[in-house]
Amino acid sequence: MSGGSVINPQDAPVLEVENLSVDIRVPAGTLHAVSNVSFSVRPAETLSLVGESGCGKSITSLAIMRLLPKAARLSANKVLFEGQELTQLSEKEMSRLRGNRMGMIFQDPMTSLNPVYRIGDQLEEIYIRHKRAGRKEARERAAYLLEKIGIINPGQRLTQYPHQLSGGLRQRMMIAMMLMCDPKLIIADEPTTALDVTVQVQILQLLRSLQEEFRMALILITHNLGVVARMADQVAVMYAGQIVEAGSSTDVFRRPTHPYTRGLLDCIPRPGQSSARNKLGSIPGIVPSLVGDINGCSFRNRCAFAHDACSSGKIELRDLQQDHIYRCLLPAETIAAAAQETV
Amino acid sequence: MSDRQDHQSSSSADNEPLALDIQHLTQVFHIGKGWLKAGKPLRAVDDVSLQVRNGEVLAIVGESGCGKTTLSRLMLGLQSPTSGKILVNGEPLVDVDRKAFARRVQPVFQDPYSSLNPRRTIGEIIMDPLLIHNIGTPQERQARVEETMEKVGLPHRMIHSYPSQMSGGQRQRVAIARALVMRPEVLICDEPTSALDVSVQAQILNLLQQLRDELNLTYIFISHDLSVVEYMADYVAVMYLGRFVEVGPAREVLTKPKHPYTQVLLSSVLTPEPESGLPHIDLGSGFPDPLNPPAGCRFHPRCPKATEVCSESAPEKITVDGSVVECHLYSNGAAATN
Repeated sequence: MSGGSVINPQDAPVLEVENLSVDIRVPAGTLHAVSNVSFSVRPAETLSLVGESGCGKSITSLAIMRLLPKAARLSANKVLFEGQELTQLSEKEMSRLRGNRMGMIFQDPMTSLNPVYRIGDQLEEIYIRHKRAGRKEARERAAYLLEKIGIINPGQRLTQYPHQLSGGLRQRMMIAMMLMCDPKLIIADEPTTALDVTVQVQILQLLRSLQEEFRMALILITHNLGVVARMADQVAVMYAGQIVEAGSSTDVFRRPTHPYTRGLLDCIPRPGQSSARNKLGSIPGIVPSLVGDINGCSFRNRCAFAHDACSSGKIELRDLQQDHIYRCLLPAETIAAAAQETV
Repeated sequence: MSDRQDHQSSSSADNEPLALDIQHLTQVFHIGKGWLKAGKPLRAVDDVSLQVRNGEVLAIVGESGCGKTTLSRLMLGLQSPTSGKILVNGEPLVDVDRKAFARRVQPVFQDPYSSLNPRRTIGEIIMDPLLIHNIGTPQERQARVEETMEKVGLPHRMIHSYPSQMSGGQRQRVAIARALVMRPEVLICDEPTSALDVSVQAQILNLLQQLRDELNLTYIFISHDLSVVEYMADYVAVMYLGRFVEVGPAREVLTKPKHPYTQVLLSSVLTPEPESGLPHIDLGSGFPDPLNPPAGCRFHPRCPKATEVCSESAPEKITVDGSVVECHLYSNGAAATN
């Protein structure tokens, strides 16, 4: 929401993805990890991919960076990053983009930092490699960025090892590392999940302010709907490898339509509204297997509104209103009315 | 819960003994201790007292490093405290009858991926405690495992499955079944849902609520997620650097937080409301070094409302509206202005 002021709708998207699919060969057949996902992000915009484990949100991000495992096959009409078609690039060209034009932040900063190198060396390495800069220049850049992200005494921090830092500081270091080459796109996969609530808010604030300052596009991958609501401009809810609902954050949270989105929101205890004796909403059952051909709606086995028509054919995304789409056979009004009755 | 207001009281005035009664518990670790070297004291749990009645849920909240886990280890009898007492139903926990104690207090851990042995079947995992404690005949044990599996909603066919064949939610159900098979009185749940997806988290939380009603269980619920805490808890204890800075009825603590730290924690809860944006957290410097805790009130270097007295003397426990608070804002009868 608050990022809205700096987004210019006239800007060309930093990243445009059209019909991205990822199939993975497994002993039992082909696993359709991601099916026909499309989205785009503009400078300074935040797109959030939200969903539960196994929904394909992380695979989507790995596919964009072309970091998929060998057994995976990527197909897409378009993965356009700053005008370059990523699927056409060689591995060498890709590695020039990663960490340079595209930054990444992962969930666990301890496993993404090398424990036997000093923080400073790790930050400088990226800059030296991508920008062909000298050590001194790289060190200056690192110190500048550490100050930028609110680290007191950057000179001393640069000589420390990852284990000497707290979880929040390590995640700040990851952010600094990602900023070294001034990327245009950040992909953050559960960046605050391992952190304490107070630190989470501070890291999110930091990401938000840096994003506005450097006009970076952010793809935020998370399962935490609270983080999504407070950070994202655009939301895409994923289930079983597909986008089941997408739209502006305000629209999706104000008018959740797909039964899965509605179910997810009911699962969250909310201060002041839930008390010990009111049962929390929950979604019965588990995610279906993604191996083999997918027929019908993949959510139908867990859906309270499922009927015969849901089990066959291809369920298309349909328009609810401008830029708010959902993948369900039922009209939005029917779902809303049916949900009212069950309450 | 009148006795809770008198935080220092040794036991309840009621006839029924408390399910769990902890009195002035302190755990000091000596860091860097060596031969001829004293080591530096770290007070992981510092003079903590709490009382929980049968069938109640007490939630302990706080950031990593505040001593939550040490406290849970003490309550499980996995560690003996430096000083202080733990009573379960009026009987003290002493090292000697650890095994008898373990029958009454059982843990449920955070990560169902690492807390279950991958090479054993679900049936074996759940039966283990019965074997260790030598309870019943083989037939009785089998029956008890099956009954417990049903209680936590695990289908009978899974009895021969391995953890790797199960989803996260199912694994957590196994962990709960393993704890319940001993028919304990108290369950210590250390972040039982933080490794789970939201839809599964809701299933497990509902299950825990339902089991508590059915079996009159008492829970100590350790969590950093305040919205989950509000859903589960009757009482909330907020922990900071080894001390309980605020203890009170859940509704009171979560709707009218007294201690500035509780207020900060509550304001960092992100509810799914896109209009609200990100909250502003007023928490100055980072988490203090527990080896060199600040003088006076331990929270004062980060406290947005700190005054001079806060750095000079440690605040006493004061009862405010049913909550026990350790904060100078409330001493001398002066009410804090929010």
